[in-house]
Amino acid sequence: MKIHEYQARDLLAKAGIPVPAARVVDSADQAAKAFEENGFPVQVVKAQVFAGGRGKAGFVKLVKSAAEARAAADFMLTNRMISVQTGPEGIAVKKILIAGAVDIAHEYYLGFVLDRDRSTVSMIASAEGGVEIETVAHQRPAAIIKQPLHPALGMQGFQARSTALALGFSGKQANVVADILLKLSRFFIEYDCSIAEINPLVLTKDGKILAIDAKVNFDDNALFRHPDVLALKDDSETDELEIRAAAANLNYIKLDGDIACLVNGAGLAMATMDVIQLHGGKPANFLDVGGGVKAEGAIEAFRIILSDKKVRGILVNIFGGIARCDLIAEALIQAGREVGFKVPVVVRLEGTNVELAREILAAAQPELPTLQVAGDLNDAAKKIVSATR
Amino acid sequence: MSILVNKNTRVICQGITGSGGGAFHTKGCLDYGTKMVGGTSPGKGGTKDANGLPVFDTVDQAVRATGADATMIFVPPPFAADAICEAAAAGIKLIVAITEGIPVLDMVKAKKYLADFGDSVRLVGPNCPGVITPGECKIGIMPGYIHTPAQKGKRSVGIVSRSGTLTYEAVWQTSELGWSQSTCVGIGGDPVKGMDFIDVLAMFQADPLTDAIVMIGEIGGAAEEAAAAYVKKNVTKPVVGFIAGRTAPPGKRMGHAGAIISGGEGTAETKISAMRDAGIRVADSPADIGKALREATGG
Repeated sequence: MKIHEYQARDLLAKAGIPVPAARVVDSADQAAKAFEENGFPVQVVKAQVFAGGRGKAGFVKLVKSAAEARAAADFMLTNRMISVQTGPEGIAVKKILIAGAVDIAHEYYLGFVLDRDRSTVSMIASAEGGVEIETVAHQRPAAIIKQPLHPALGMQGFQARSTALALGFSGKQANVVADILLKLSRFFIEYDCSIAEINPLVLTKDGKILAIDAKVNFDDNALFRHPDVLALKDDSETDELEIRAAAANLNYIKLDGDIACLVNGAGLAMATMDVIQLHGGKPANFLDVGGGVKAEGAIEAFRIILSDKKVRGILVNIFGGIARCDLIAEALIQAGREVGFKVPVVVRLEGTNVELAREILAAAQPELPTLQVAGDLNDAAKKIVSATR
Repeated sequence: MSILVNKNTRVICQGITGSGGGAFHTKGCLDYGTKMVGGTSPGKGGTKDANGLPVFDTVDQAVRATGADATMIFVPPPFAADAICEAAAAGIKLIVAITEGIPVLDMVKAKKYLADFGDSVRLVGPNCPGVITPGECKIGIMPGYIHTPAQKGKRSVGIVSRSGTLTYEAVWQTSELGWSQSTCVGIGGDPVKGMDFIDVLAMFQADPLTDAIVMIGEIGGAAEEAAAAYVKKNVTKPVVGFIAGRTAPPGKRMGHAGAIISGGEGTAETKISAMRDAGIRVADSPADIGKALREATGG
């Protein structure tokens, strides 16, 4: 789960990490007031959205007066932000962060991520902050400092101190940076993060160290023990169908094509998309109904894929393990009765209770004329691609 | 021969009475012929499950009473990492964790806990379909009937996979081709897990029954690339592969925590080219895994 920049700032500030004074507002008037209250001569106004490309779209602005802050906020709240990540329709901005701008002497990167190669959490730091860390890692690997954390003990003081020194800090500043590293590492563990990064951490011209921007993502599997984090969830930029799917425990991602798929298992669902494409079709979605799918969930899955107006055909591919083929067949028929299959539907079933499922489908065939049963995966892909041509 | 499990493996189920699959799949494994000898369900010790198997409060009690050496875990996610550690502490040799949705930092700690036991304890999963040696022992949720037990006149393939249902697809295709399977291992899609491709590949290479190996990966991480390098150096048996997610758009998370690409790392292309470079025959279509096995082995 993702949270916004202002939410991440709040959490880091609570964890004891120094951040510049800032306020979150949702109107132009409040923006002007916030400028006065922050009390910095130069401040930055930033739209709070998940999508990237804010700067280029004009949704991050430096302002020097309350009037400028008001104008910038007004622009952001009344125009939709359009960037490469938002699609042509853009997204509406609801919240704005106004923070003091500081005189930057140097920018650094500090972050913690799950390190799947080592099965632990690793720290990543660099004296080349303020840019995408992936780019730095790719172009100048020597500029990256990496430290794996002990799986049970977490980050140790000596690791933090040596990292601060390696970043070029000395004396008291090194102690401040080491302290920030330890606090960020503890925050990562305590909140079950999947990523927690400060980019940039800045050294100001007057010698202060501040976290200017932060990104925090959480492990979805651990949200059950963090109700306070769950309360920060903002679905306003998520596709409506994806929200509905999540509520029904379905794993759905909308794509550009016109052949919908309904599959059990993430690997098989990706493979089904692959095989559709290999036969010249384009998948309309990724949909993993999961192992424990019940009739109600399966019917909702059909409703969701059918409400995508681009869909011109459906490929159902179920290899029953936990999921039972007969249950999927029943759901398919029920969904057909409820919403009507105006588009071709190709069904490929194998696994638990497949014989029963085939009987159920055969009996319903007269009722659902657009339904075809396929023998194997290639056959299924061929049938659905030719039926939608 | 086979790897990990055989007809003598004695299996308990942690979470045997649970509605999360424990009860249903204990029966499924029993019906398949697995030596299921009991299970645990804290608070229900001293009772019997629907199949008449003894239920214990702790794994330690279960091991002492039944001589179990393997476990199948269906314990709900918040308690599953604890269940893994409990099994290891009780002397279980093979832990198969089916549970999906375990917090990753719980797994980080559980894996460190298991490290103290060295090679005497093996973990498969979590978030996996399980392990099966056809005709002898099924620990997990896979449909048994698609598998073909080793027999005279049939060659045997060992299958290792990160995906669940895609493994069934591979099993089914190799059975249709007239092959048997020595053992099939679903290693699971989580970022922090027990056995990885390389651990299983090494066992298949050493197993006299296994004539060829099918390895199924997916986008994300670098395990397939590492496995390909291992195959190049250490595996002499024919290896066939498939990578799911060739057409997945970058940056989108496709279900498994594993299946996400970022920064150009762990794409289908890098994996496939590393595998081909290692002499692995990679099927372009998931429907052609059987065909690739035939081509790689001359029938």
